Amino acid sequence: MIAFVVQRVIQGVLVMLVVALIAFALFNYVGDPINNMVGQDTSVSDRARLREELGLNDSFVVRFARFVGNATEGNFGLSYQQARPVGQIILEKMPATLELSFVAALLALLLGVPMGIYTGLHRHSWLSQTLLAVSLAGVSLPTFVIGILLILVFSVELGWLPSFGRGPVIHIGWWTTGLLSLDGWRAIIMPAITLALFQMTLIMRLVRSEMIEVLRADYIKFARARGLTSRAINFGHALKNTLVPVITITGLQLGSIIAFAIITETVFQWPGMGLMFIQAVTFADIPVMAAYLVLVGFFFVVINLVVDLLYYVVDPRLRLARERVAGA
Amino acid sequence: MSELTAEVAGTTPVAPVANAPNRRRFRDSDLLWSFRRSPVAVVAATIAFLIIGSALLAPLLAPHDPFDLASLSLMDATDPPAWLDGGNWTYPLGTDNQGRDVLSAILYGARLSLLVGVSAVILALVLGIALGLAAGWYGGIIETLIMRVADVQLSFPAILIALLIDGVARSALPRDVQGEIAIYVLIAAIALSNWVHYARTVRGSTLVERNKEYIQAARVIGVRPMRIVLGHLLPNVLGPVLVIATINLALAILTEATLSFLGVGLPPTEPSLGTLIRVGNDYLMSGDWWISIFPGAVLALLILSVNLLGDWLRDALNPKLR
Amino acid sequence: MISGAEPLLRVEHLRVEVPTRRGTLVAVDDVSFSLAPGEVLGVVGESGAGKSLTGAAIIGLLEPPLRIAGGEIRLNGRRIDNLPYEQMRRIRGKEIGAIFQDPLTSLNPLYTIAQQLTETIRTHLDLSASAARERAIALLREVGIAGAEQRIDHYPHQFSGGMRQRVVIALALAANPKLVVADEPTTALDVSVQAQIIALLKRLGREHGTAIMLVTHDMGVIAETADRVAVMYAGRLVEIGPVQRIVADPHHPYTAGLMQSIPRIGERRARLAQIDGAMPRLTEIPPGCPFNPRCPKVFDRCRRERPDLLPAPGSDAACWLYDPATPGSDSSARQQGVVADAR
Repeated sequence: MIAFVVQRVIQGVLVMLVVALIAFALFNYVGDPINNMVGQDTSVSDRARLREELGLNDSFVVRFARFVGNATEGNFGLSYQQARPVGQIILEKMPATLELSFVAALLALLLGVPMGIYTGLHRHSWLSQTLLAVSLAGVSLPTFVIGILLILVFSVELGWLPSFGRGPVIHIGWWTTGLLSLDGWRAIIMPAITLALFQMTLIMRLVRSEMIEVLRADYIKFARARGLTSRAINFGHALKNTLVPVITITGLQLGSIIAFAIITETVFQWPGMGLMFIQAVTFADIPVMAAYLVLVGFFFVVINLVVDLLYYVVDPRLRLARERVAGA
Repeated sequence: MSELTAEVAGTTPVAPVANAPNRRRFRDSDLLWSFRRSPVAVVAATIAFLIIGSALLAPLLAPHDPFDLASLSLMDATDPPAWLDGGNWTYPLGTDNQGRDVLSAILYGARLSLLVGVSAVILALVLGIALGLAAGWYGGIIETLIMRVADVQLSFPAILIALLIDGVARSALPRDVQGEIAIYVLIAAIALSNWVHYARTVRGSTLVERNKEYIQAARVIGVRPMRIVLGHLLPNVLGPVLVIATINLALAILTEATLSFLGVGLPPTEPSLGTLIRVGNDYLMSGDWWISIFPGAVLALLILSVNLLGDWLRDALNPKLR
Repeated sequence: MISGAEPLLRVEHLRVEVPTRRGTLVAVDDVSFSLAPGEVLGVVGESGAGKSLTGAAIIGLLEPPLRIAGGEIRLNGRRIDNLPYEQMRRIRGKEIGAIFQDPLTSLNPLYTIAQQLTETIRTHLDLSASAARERAIALLREVGIAGAEQRIDHYPHQFSGGMRQRVVIALALAANPKLVVADEPTTALDVSVQAQIIALLKRLGREHGTAIMLVTHDMGVIAETADRVAVMYAGRLVEIGPVQRIVADPHHPYTAGLMQSIPRIGERRARLAQIDGAMPRLTEIPPGCPFNPRCPKVFDRCRRERPDLLPAPGSDAACWLYDPATPGSDSSARQQGVVADAR
């Protein structure tokens, strides 16, 4: 068990290093950092001096090591666009994205899994067919179109919900939350639904197809042959076997919610990391882009690790050493 | 039991002999039968063909040329669709903020969206198949390298990767060049974010096929490896790839639309459906909804129908579900 | 035919169909037989002959679109082929048990053996959790698993193939059914293990008085284990009778071909014998007797009319050779060799 964890952690660290490398390459080789930081009339000699001071003439390895060291402390340099520490900007924006992602993930799970189970068990009922048809729309409608439609209906036409921003937020330490006020919830609900819809339909279809696949398995056939009740078969045997792979894939999907937040935040002008990233891309603000990359990479690696561990815990085949008893 | 059912029903297809052309069996095959049987597939195909057809014929069908700046008149800007107050039938679906006819813009925009989507898929196909074949055939360090890269890439969502590549290209290239080659950068970005699925499938199939007798025989005879791979191996691993490609086409179109909407895809001078939606989004609050909703509807229909076709194709080609 | 008491299982004119786009195919065609309590009936035939489907029909687990299209199945005189799902469910496991081919996939990998056993026991018998566990441990001992007290809490993947099949047998016998349908129970096992499992089945059958319907393509297993054997071909029952008689003196030309093609120790032969041709697919069953294209004794009537089971000395065979009206009838069939040597 320990060996498993250690191995996974090492893999995670390796992936992080690769991501850091890419971010570093971005940072230093795309465009010239010096040119982006100073004005046009800075003399050549001044630039050269700046270069020396910032250690940009050191070797690749040294600079990379410095980059990694800085990154672990949260130091990603200064934003080209805003001229303040990137770390500070990220800290400001992170709560918005995390809250949005969390609410969306919850929605996706709480609705997606039961719907998937139902449509898997009752394949041909009209409700299943309807849900499936709607789910197809959920998968095909681009996230931003859904967001725009929601804004059109609920903000423009009905005027119930705000069409942009987070609403009033409450500061707790360095965290800002919108979840403690009704206005905050009114602001978060549409973006959360928009963000959740894609994942929800994905989860539903996944659970459904997994359920159908499991119900075809030999052990289900044998369970039926033993005369077990439908409830025991569907919710005891089939469900458990369905959820095991679903847990892992769902976990990975939830990680991507953080990335998909980019789109939703753009539609709703939600002041989170996603919006920050897009603005950085548009303005070629490399330090911010690099920082976002490293951060998201970190989240993904951690989520992957947790999911792997979860899988290990849940599936006995991985957990126990295989003991083969000799003979029959 | 289900294998038994298939066996009993006599519909299990015989495994194809190496290089046997499958096209002549298409007409009698279960594929066409399943297609005709499924109303959803037929409707989806019809819609898809309608949209694709009109898009491809945009220069012929569009009542106006949205790129001809001279023909635009700001007086007609933000006119509503013809059936509402203030609209007229010269501009059936209304005009945008620059006076461009929305219908024409949609036709040309759909064309661009399709162009980018299909190109990206083809590029991803070629790349993915090449790398998958290489990984499966050569094995060893090449395989490990390719698959590791694939694994790392797979743990990130495609959109993020496409964004990244796009963003890097943007920063690396001087601003004046960006507009012209935006479309190529976009295609490359989407392709690079998607190749992994093909590569994995092809590698898996290659590993399986490569141990089969007809490949061993070819090697023993002394056929050159490249010929074996391209001539014998490739046709037999293509099957599942085509299904992935269809489903991926919807994803590619979606990705392009998303990138354009975010402002890092096609520019407003050469708008795809996503760009149009972006432009229209600014006017949503003032009530000029048609500028973004109509392109949105067409985009959704296009992706939906391609998705349905892909779903149907996958079910039809899956022997287990019959 | 075993006479006397009411048979445990009676299958009469069973017909299983499957609608396909090429029309309705008949997978099991007019099959009739019965099974006495405690008897072992072997059902033998090639893949696709319909033997597994017959077993599935009996337990009521035909997968749609397969369906029973005719005939009756009676258990202890009571019809079970037309029962609603819930009633049939109660019969499954309690009165009819089933064993399938692959022990690895027959067991749910995420539950311990204890959980799966006690669940089955408590579904059919009204026992407390601890009593059920006791019974489960006893069952495991009966099927020959050493250290049952500890091993019962293990997961399926911790057992070897043969052990797993023993667990499967324990599960099938958990509620003490009167009949067990065993579908290729040893095919997926190592040869060395096969004999042990067969012996186990036989012993348990005798000790509990359980009748066994043993479906397999392996004639050797049947010869070892069964009291009677039914031979199936292309969905039809072509011969049925006591196993010793059929092995020594097969009547139907197909059965004769089967017996001839099994190599025996001590026999000198240059080549293995075989029956030319192959069993027809369900879409291509010829009119008349389905075996007629391959039968060395074929004559005109075989191609036109389909024979029912006709009594022959020692067994019943569905072959016109045994119709008293046929000139030359059965004696000549037995004297001549039936199988053409492979060229």
